[in-house]
Amino acid sequence: MEETVIRAEGLTKFYRMGEVEVQALRGLSLEIKRGEAVAIMGPSGSGKTTLMNILGCLDRPTGGEYILDGEKVSGLNDDQLANIRNRKIGFVFQSFNLLQRTSALANVELPLSYANLQNDGRERAVAALKAVGLESRMKHRPTELSGGEQQRVAIARALVNEPAILLADEPTGNLDSKVGQEIMDLLLSLNRERNTTLLIITHDPRIGAQTQRTIKIRDGIIEENIQ
Amino acid sequence: MKIQRVARETITSLSANKLRTGLTVLGIVIGVAAVIAMLSVGQGAQNTITSSINSIGTNVLYLSAGTRARFGGENFNAVRNVRQLTMSDAQALLDPFQTPSVKAVAPVIQGGNITAAANGQTTTTTVYGVTTSYFSIRNEQVSEGSFFNDQQVNTHARVAIIGTDLATTLFGQTSGLTGQTIRINSQTFTIIGILKSKGGTSLGSSDNQIIIPLTTARDRVMQRGGTTVDGIYIQATSAQSVSEATTQVSNIMRLRHHVAVGKEDFSVLSQADLLSTATSITGILTAFLGGIAAISLLVGGIGIMNIMLVSVVERTREIGLRKALGARNRDIMAQFLAESSFLSLLGGLMGILLGWLISLIIGQIASAAGNSLNPAVSLNAVLLATIFSIAVGLFFGIYPARRAARLEPVEALRYE
Repeated sequence: MEETVIRAEGLTKFYRMGEVEVQALRGLSLEIKRGEAVAIMGPSGSGKTTLMNILGCLDRPTGGEYILDGEKVSGLNDDQLANIRNRKIGFVFQSFNLLQRTSALANVELPLSYANLQNDGRERAVAALKAVGLESRMKHRPTELSGGEQQRVAIARALVNEPAILLADEPTGNLDSKVGQEIMDLLLSLNRERNTTLLIITHDPRIGAQTQRTIKIRDGIIEENIQ
Repeated sequence: MKIQRVARETITSLSANKLRTGLTVLGIVIGVAAVIAMLSVGQGAQNTITSSINSIGTNVLYLSAGTRARFGGENFNAVRNVRQLTMSDAQALLDPFQTPSVKAVAPVIQGGNITAAANGQTTTTTVYGVTTSYFSIRNEQVSEGSFFNDQQVNTHARVAIIGTDLATTLFGQTSGLTGQTIRINSQTFTIIGILKSKGGTSLGSSDNQIIIPLTTARDRVMQRGGTTVDGIYIQATSAQSVSEATTQVSNIMRLRHHVAVGKEDFSVLSQADLLSTATSITGILTAFLGGIAAISLLVGGIGIMNIMLVSVVERTREIGLRKALGARNRDIMAQFLAESSFLSLLGGLMGILLGWLISLIIGQIASAAGNSLNPAVSLNAVLLATIFSIAVGLFFGIYPARRAARLEPVEALRYE
């Protein structure tokens, strides 16, 4: 089934930095199909972070159209965007971004708490932790876990609402190469098994080499699209 | 987001920094405790004064010479050459045609700071010289012995009825004292009765007094001639006829003293007058004390705001993360408001307890000093303090919470 999950057309994003206007995106168009694993690469300042923010519905484009999983996202208000982020997008950050005060399980439950569930969704959180191989450590706090384990918790958190896309921003950037490769293997296997669309933003060519497709960005437009 | 979950997260995040939470709560505790203590002490003072005024009796008026200073009264100090009240004034008030609403009168002369000695002990006390009608008008009772009779008044008998406090001071006991002698201003009297205790009041202890016949008081103790008296207690026929009695008494006194309306050189006070004056004074006092205490509650509220602002800055990344995970602006707002109102509610509850303790201690100190003061923690004060403290939490929490809610997720996630 070849189904489009991300369709972006002519995305532009302008920032004002004092007097200077910065054009982070200059009419970028992009199409990603369900179940694809895509690496978005580019040097710093190329606009890849801006693109991730817009694809992740954390930010709105200045112009252009963005359709995520059949829903037109450009033009939604703050609450509607929050709802989209909650249901359709799972974020994995370079620095894990776990809440230090609470257990791994509570961290994974966090997105569920904003999802208006009838039950408290504990089974789903436990299942997500099982999927990343951490069911034995779910009562531990992030400070009691290794870097790789913390990133696994973050991945479980990203998966728990069964999102349409998994958006990973330099997911191995804070890990050594061996653990980083384990995380990459986990992300790719989840992509294969669950058919969850995977977008990885990275500047590491070794990671780019592992995905089906690599999109290279420079100066706010797509420079190269390698299948 | 569900209530239980908000509550759980509130507890988790507040207990993550216990010292800071404790200090912030302390600000509110002190504020609320001060408000509760001040209001309850004020209420206690009001209760004490009210009950002592009520003990005068609902159908009793008090006629005295001169005009009382009233709040905003135009005739304060307006009358010179005040005529003293006399025995014949008292007699004139019993005219059944001109004062049909007056049932009985009791002229009184009194002397303060009079030396009383008995059983080798000496103390000072207040002596009242009264006629027999005084006992029924003031609703006095004896715990042993009896009052004196008209004949003893007419014969200037040297008999005395003493209060229980005085009995304790002089004899160390409050019974079995009839027949004992007591020296009042070096004059020997025989004790014929002990007054039943009315309890101490803020208007002076009614248990530390001596009552003797008016005639004896005039020539033996106060040593004053003439027929002047210090005041006249007037009993109206019923509680309903108090205002009529007041009018009738005033009319007669104006005639006798040749003064016009508004130029009275006497005053007639009913229990209701005393009560309203006293209530307004204690009410102002209570509001004043409570107002000062409320300032500390305000300061506590500013403390909450301060700490919440710090917390918002510290948790900027967390806010960004929560937004990325799907928290709406109102979820973030609710979380911070829950924290600030929990802080102030906790402070409020602890403050109520502390304030109650403080008012108990003040009551103990007051009674140790000889004044009866029972601070009353009223339900109103508790409700007021609770509602006010939550309101403080909400009010001072709104600004930090809005700041948190309005953070842009992209900016917040990037914050180091």
